[in-house]
Formats: sequence, C-alpha cells, structure tokens
Amino acid sequence: MKSKGNLEARLAAGAFVITAETTPPDGADEASVMDRVGCLEGLVDAVNVTDGAGARAHMSALATGAIMARNGIEPVLQFTVRDRNRLAIQGEMIGAPALGIPSILCLHGDNVANGDQPDAKPVEDTDSRGLMAMARHMRDTGTFPAPSERRIDPAPGLLIGGADAPRDPEAGFRPTTLEGKIAAGADFFQTQFAYDIDVLKRYMAALDDRGVTEKAYFIVGVGPIVSARSARWMNENLFGVHVPEHVIERVEGADDEKAEGRRVCAELVEQFKEIKGVNGAHLMAPRGEKAIARTLTDYNLRG
Amino acid sequence: MRAIRVWSVRHARGLMKLYDTFEGVIMAVEPLARTIGYERLEAPVAAVERGVKSVLFDCRMCGQCALSSTGMSCPMNCPKNLRNGPCGGVREDGTCEVEPDMPCVWVEAWRGGQTMGNGKLLDVQAPVDHRMEGSSSWLRLMRRKKDGTYPEPAASARDDMGTPAA
Repeated sequence: MKSKGNLEARLAAGAFVITAETTPPDGADEASVMDRVGCLEGLVDAVNVTDGAGARAHMSALATGAIMARNGIEPVLQFTVRDRNRLAIQGEMIGAPALGIPSILCLHGDNVANGDQPDAKPVEDTDSRGLMAMARHMRDTGTFPAPSERRIDPAPGLLIGGADAPRDPEAGFRPTTLEGKIAAGADFFQTQFAYDIDVLKRYMAALDDRGVTEKAYFIVGVGPIVSARSARWMNENLFGVHVPEHVIERVEGADDEKAEGRRVCAELVEQFKEIKGVNGAHLMAPRGEKAIARTLTDYNLRG
Repeated sequence: MRAIRVWSVRHARGLMKLYDTFEGVIMAVEPLARTIGYERLEAPVAAVERGVKSVLFDCRMCGQCALSSTGMSCPMNCPKNLRNGPCGGVREDGTCEVEPDMPCVWVEAWRGGQTMGNGKLLDVQAPVDHRMEGSSSWLRLMRRKKDGTYPEPAASARDDMGTPAA
C-alpha cells in the first residue's frame, strides 16, 4: 500500500468506491466544516476537499481535511499549483499524511482572473504533472526533489490522483494526457461529470483497449442534478460536461425536479458499476453535500 | 544602471518637478490619444515608457508606478518586492541582505523621500495588481485622470505617481 487510507485499501480490494466533494467554509471553526460535510460520514469512502475552487479563498484545504480526518471522514486533499510555490507544496505534502490525510488530487486550479480577487498573483511554480512527480518522488525515495535531496523520514505515504474528463473517443484516439499523468505518478483519476452514459462506455472501452485501466483507478464524476436549468447551465459553462437532452427533458418533465435529478444520478452510478475499468463514482454538487447524502441513502448506492 | 538609479534618487525633487510638467503634457495630448485609440497606443507607449524608466529607475514595468511615494526609488528592485518599507535584513552600511553590492531600495527611498518632502513615504501601498504587469502606467494615468474610472486597481492602490485612486 502506498498510503494508509481506506480509499486505497478499498480500491485495491476491487470494491466499487464512492467519493464525494465538499468546499471548505468561510468560517474559522471546526463546526463550520462539520456542519457542511458531517452528513456524509459513513456514506462514502472519502470526501474531496476543494482548494480555492473558482479562485476564491476559503478555509485552507489542509485545515479542512485535518478537521474531517479527526472526525472520521477520510479526505482527498485537492492540491493546486496556483497558490503555492514548490516549498509550500512540499511542506503541505509532508503535513497531509501527518494529519491523517492519505490521498491528494493534483490540479492546476481555476484561473485567478475568474475569481473574486483577480488582481492576485498566480504562482504556478510547476504544473499538475509536476505536482504528481513531486509527490511520487517524495513518497518513493523519501527525499526532497533535486537538488535538495534531503531525507524525509518517514516519507509521505500519499495516494496520488489526477483529473480527467471522459469524452467521445475519435478514430485513432490515444489517451496521451492520461498516459503522461500516469507516467508522472497518478495512481487514480477522478473525472468531470459524466452524464452521457454512452460516451462514457465508449471512452472506457477505448482506455481499456490501450491498457490504461490496468495502470490507474478510475472514479467517474456524477452528481444529483438540481434542475433542468442547472443541467443546461453546466452544458454551457463547465468544460467537458454534456448532459444529454433526453436526461434534461426527463428532469424538466418531473413533478419534483430535484428528486428526479437524484434518481438520474443514482441510475448512472448503478450503470457505472457495470462498466469495465470504472472503479467508483465521484459525487459532486456545489454546496450540495446534503443532496449527495440523500442520493446515497435513498438508493443505497454504496451497497 | 545602478549608478543612474542612485542618481535619480539624489535628484528626486527635480525629477518630481519634471514629472509634474510631463503630466501636463500627457493630459494635453489625451484627446489625440483617444482619437488614435488607447489600445492601439498601448504597445508603443509601453515600449517608450519601459525605455525611459528603465534607464532612470531600473523600472520593472509593474504597471502601477509608486515612484512618487517611494522617493523615486523603484520598490520592484527590492529582491523581496517589498512595496511598504524595508525588511529586517538591511546591513549596517545600508546595503541589501540578499544582494550585498546593492544599496537597500528602501534606504534609498528614505533619502529620496526626504528630498521630495511630500510626506508620502509612509502611505500604505496595496498588493501589486498582477494583471497590470508590463502595461503602460502613463496611459492608465491619462485615462484615470480623464474619466476617473479606468481601470480600477485594488481598493487602496494608488495611481501612477502616487496620488490616491479615484
């Protein structure tokens, strides 16, 4: 095992895992964190903690993750290169396992220009692949990257994740980005929302053909749709997201759009379980931890 | 160019006067600039500004010039980019902790500020707005003085020569 996490143990045992996502609060106490994320306790294998999502400052992901860990919710720490240079990043990578955080998801981070303090300096000392390589180097060699090479004892046991976006594979498709991330150290991927099950099936089949699914775990993104309007908004504004029109119409035609949105989400998760190479579902909903919890309990998705 | 930079601080008062005159000229040509188009002028004006100010001040084109508040000593030359006074590492002889051959930017600023006597040395500068790097602060000054709106820096940031933002 690379980490001490339950997420890695479950993945290694071949279980279908459920992860969710929470955004750190704008409040300086433990209760602010747990009020939001506590509803997911016992329902999921791990919960991702976003890192300044939308380029807005909140409680730090590390602090939020530490609070969750000591309250029995295993975090996946989202880790961007936007706000910290390599020295700060390495410090947090050592601190994470010490605080009970076994997994990180390596990201670039949303552009500061789109946040609420667009005059801020984007640090970008490295990129997401560099971040994975840094984490793997520290974990596997127990030293800081060159030219330092100082020892880290014990080394930070981190399961390293990357982001991905399922898409319809064109003729001659090659998953070069994924292969690059795996070469840099990615152990697992969590993906953007995948509402188009046919596209996902074709995508995973293409990855399987290329042997990529043997080299990393794939946890596919989905979430309870709030309304037909929000589904259309996602199609227009979120990179790589396509909610098929028949799904939108189904939600729109329902008496209770939210309930129908949860049902759509649950059905997709059940379908994910049948796709070769898919190791779990990653449930995301901005400020929607309770909707995620309700979807999981109503449909008994973790099984 | 460090010698010229030090010379500029020594002559901060004269440069300030020269600049005040220059500002009058800038505002006189503003209608022409508007006719030509600010966006079209941005690249050539920024190039001229970079040329002039890098000779006189080792300007780094942060795009939000603070020289009139910092005694004509450009704070972006501080290796730590300190815009609000010196760090604790100034050497006894007034040189920089990081670059021992260089006089501390803020020791110089203090000297220049005394000469200028405009009392702005202790004004608090807002964090640098990184969107403005490399752009012309002259054109920005022109536009802000003209219509008082463009472009809004961070709340307490100051305009090109240290007068409070609109």
